[in-house]
Amino acid sequence: MTTANMNNPISGAKESNRFHWFKYAAPNNFYDLAGRLIPWVTVIAVLLTIVGMYIGFFVAPTDFQQGDAYRIIFLHVPAAWMSMFIYMVMAFWAALGLAFNTRMSSMMASALAPTGAMFTFLALWTGALWGRPTWGAWWVWDARLTSELILLFLYIGFMALQASIDDVRRADKAGALIALVGVINVPIIYFSVQWWNTLHQGSSINMKSAPTMAKTMLLGMLIMALAFWAYTIAITLYRARCIVLEREQQSDWVKAAGEKL
Amino acid sequence: MLKVLICVAQRDLLLAFRRRSDVFSMLSFFIIVVSLFPLGVGPEPAMLQSMAPGILWVAALLASTLALNRLFAYDFADGTLEQMLLTPEPLTVIVIGKVLAHWIISGLPLVLLAPLLAVQYGLPGDAVLVLFYSLLIGTPILSLIGAIGAALTLGTRGGGVLVSLLVLPLYIPVLIFGAGAVGAQASGMGAGANLLLLGGVLAGALALTPWTTAAALRISLE
Repeated sequence: MTTANMNNPISGAKESNRFHWFKYAAPNNFYDLAGRLIPWVTVIAVLLTIVGMYIGFFVAPTDFQQGDAYRIIFLHVPAAWMSMFIYMVMAFWAALGLAFNTRMSSMMASALAPTGAMFTFLALWTGALWGRPTWGAWWVWDARLTSELILLFLYIGFMALQASIDDVRRADKAGALIALVGVINVPIIYFSVQWWNTLHQGSSINMKSAPTMAKTMLLGMLIMALAFWAYTIAITLYRARCIVLEREQQSDWVKAAGEKL
Repeated sequence: MLKVLICVAQRDLLLAFRRRSDVFSMLSFFIIVVSLFPLGVGPEPAMLQSMAPGILWVAALLASTLALNRLFAYDFADGTLEQMLLTPEPLTVIVIGKVLAHWIISGLPLVLLAPLLAVQYGLPGDAVLVLFYSLLIGTPILSLIGAIGAALTLGTRGGGVLVSLLVLPLYIPVLIFGAGAVGAQASGMGAGANLLLLGGVLAGALALTPWTTAAALRISLE
């Protein structure tokens, strides 16, 4: 390796011919990359939302059983999918932060948590709004609803633990541990709640949705899921940038950026 | 290694014996909570009998979370915990010793007291026996999982409520299987499946949680 390659390994100088896996583990590199990505991802999110909502309201046919009340499914199901997906992603970044001791990974995990909690709450709320006209009840102790509620508690626990510890690095690692314990527990909790629900089958509400769904309905749900995913990426990158500025405020590049404003 | 475990457990038991009021206040909490429910929902015997497994189990859960901060907080405050982390003995063994002592102090009394309180609710004899077994298997799981929460929240500003918030969602499978066992027995289905699942959770917790608690202790003490 020539001496030219030894300079600036983190900034990814063009003379290096190795891919630096940890380039974006440096907060300043991440900050720049996120800043470039956010506008594009936001545009994608808005476009997908418009298309998805259009399909949801105008293209998908009226359900013969539930009428037009079913259309909340285009918010409810993607939100539920995202709530679970974000928890996995959060646990992934938390695990990376623990394993590699990179603070940027932990910042990503912290940035993901509020969005995940929001989607969980949205899933529960829209589920209740859907349940009232169709089943006659705001809330039923169905296995999936109950598991979703417990997922909300796991998110809140993560955020509460990180908020209660003053030392930032200790908070990162402690939150990472609880997120990993939670991620291992989610299948156990889901299974036990399903067991509990089938044993105590009081209501005759059949939660197994019809296997054949109109293709347009499925398409609408998928597009809304992609829209929520794009939104999550955009908002998480934005939040992570804020966290980076807060934490790295003593470093030179943040002070320089602050002076430029 | 067994010597270390017994030594740590003996020390914790001796220290707890010198401060017996902690244990009694937790047990009093358990008794009071169990007595509050009929005052809230009414004294109708059939309803109380059907609700008894759940109420007793939830009260046991809440009482265990109260007792959790005693697991590591006192040793953390006077520096003993730091010494424990510095010893060449495996931290997981020390954690198992502390959890064992914690269970003997706070879990076992619940197990012995609950059948008495079950009589208050009019549970039939075989269901009371299943309640005893379910708590006997379940309370060690509560101590083991609770140790993770206690280790993570050492010295934080959240107080006891934060530990409850972290640990109660993780307790939910134990609650479902434990209360489910008693309910199944009372309704004639047989408690075997639930108790076996509870035993499985105990085996898993015994294998995995000491290591997790040790990692949490190292995080909390850096």
